[in-house]
Amino acid sequence: MALDYSQKVMDHFMNPHNVGEIPNADGVGEAGNPKCGDIMKIYLKVNPDTQIIEDVKFKTFGCASAIASSSMATDMIKGRTIEDAWNLTNNAVAEALDGLPPIKMHCSVLAEEAIHTALNDYRAKHGMNIIPMEHHED
Amino acid sequence: MFCYMDHTATTPVSPEVLSAMMPYFSENFGNPSSVYSFSRKSRAAIEKAREQVASSINADPSEIFFTGSGTEADNWALKGTLEKAIKLGKNHLITTKIEHHAILHTAEYLSKFHGVDVTYLDVDSEGFINLDELKAAITDKTALISIMFANNEVGTIEPVTEIGTICREKKIPFHTDAVQAAAHLNIDVKAMNIDMLSMSAHKMYGPKGVGALYLRKGMRPENFIHGGAQEKKHRASTENISGIVGFGEAMKILKSRLDDDKAINSARRDKLIAGILGKIPHAKLNGATGDKRLPNNINFSFIGVEGETLLLDLDYKGISASTGSACSSESLDPSHVLLALGLKHEMAHGSLRFTIGRLTTDEHINYLLEVLPEIVAKRRAMSPLWEDYLKTLGEKA
Repeated sequence: MALDYSQKVMDHFMNPHNVGEIPNADGVGEAGNPKCGDIMKIYLKVNPDTQIIEDVKFKTFGCASAIASSSMATDMIKGRTIEDAWNLTNNAVAEALDGLPPIKMHCSVLAEEAIHTALNDYRAKHGMNIIPMEHHED
Repeated sequence: MFCYMDHTATTPVSPEVLSAMMPYFSENFGNPSSVYSFSRKSRAAIEKAREQVASSINADPSEIFFTGSGTEADNWALKGTLEKAIKLGKNHLITTKIEHHAILHTAEYLSKFHGVDVTYLDVDSEGFINLDELKAAITDKTALISIMFANNEVGTIEPVTEIGTICREKKIPFHTDAVQAAAHLNIDVKAMNIDMLSMSAHKMYGPKGVGALYLRKGMRPENFIHGGAQEKKHRASTENISGIVGFGEAMKILKSRLDDDKAINSARRDKLIAGILGKIPHAKLNGATGDKRLPNNINFSFIGVEGETLLLDLDYKGISASTGSACSSESLDPSHVLLALGLKHEMAHGSLRFTIGRLTTDEHINYLLEVLPEIVAKRRAMSPLWEDYLKTLGEKA
């Protein structure tokens, strides 16, 4: 099936931002599973005084929209506080990419989930309460 | 560079085929069913094409029935045979887990709406059925055995002659989907004891929208398309004359160069397989090797990467290929063929198929071998799955 990706999706797919790992990251989160063909891993570096995400990296196994969603979502939370970053929704990621094909919307959900998991990992390590995760149907 | 590596999906109409077709659009447009002399040209053209198709598989022209596609031929063989057999108390169909959806979805339909009991034979890790399992699956209710000649995804060629012998001994009709095989292999329906065989023109440099069903004398599945007396009252519809003419011409040409093409394609295929295995670590060839594999099929899984990303990266470099990954399909499941071969989901998601043919040059093979290792390495470097895989091997990313 030929998928019509937006130019933005293709740009982020061909030259993704924030690829890699952060050694001794303050928060690490993973979402997806190999069976479905998507795994996203997010690494956070958070300033403990300001609670600002100073650096973020990702590694993703998945299709073009999964890689583009990882790239865009990490761009969107960089420089924001952990509270702020929590409010990033999958729809906002998809919109920032000028939309995703309907069958690929789950890729943006994956980005949201991976970020939430990484943020909760940070919170747990710093004695903060864990925020319950919403599980999307798709 | 435009490097078309998807000849199994479809092929371009060859110039000779196109010129053979041209007179049958605006010039000799007569309806073959009409009485007047003008229409004789159309009738004669169809009969010539029927002979061309028949002789290339050692059939009699009266045994060839043109259809609108290979898929239609498959539908006809299965539905037409089972519908008739059910009335005689036989409702069992034997097929395999690696058939094209033209067979699998038709079998599902027959099961759902006609209560047909379907046995889906397993295949081994290279994609071969087991002949003993086939024999054991046969019951006194078995109405039809439909097993593909060669698989479209991994290129494995099934033991058709042996299957034909078993079917003939048990007096059960044998249908084979030869949509891919007919474009690459010598087929002799008599020697192979094949009772029904599906073909398609666009896989062999003919036009899209035309196929054929070979029905051995005595095989009379119930009609699939009703509404006219065409094809000796067995397949209604005004004939697609230009398409049928193109099919006949394409098959004639194919047959005349088949042995040469087979040798060239096999050599390129094996060069590509050896090159990928040599240049890309942890690459897994899917399917059989040597003479048991279609001469034009190369199918690999690359652990740690997902097929669609590779397809897009290849497309950016001008290379057209195909994948068994779910991400390139409407569903979220990866290829049923690769899963039936025993591949884990992540390996099926990471599959790539290259199918070579007349558009392929040695330059294309070298170009692909130059580009592919970089692409796989780039995508593996950003994959957490690859990282985990290397950890299990004790290697460093």
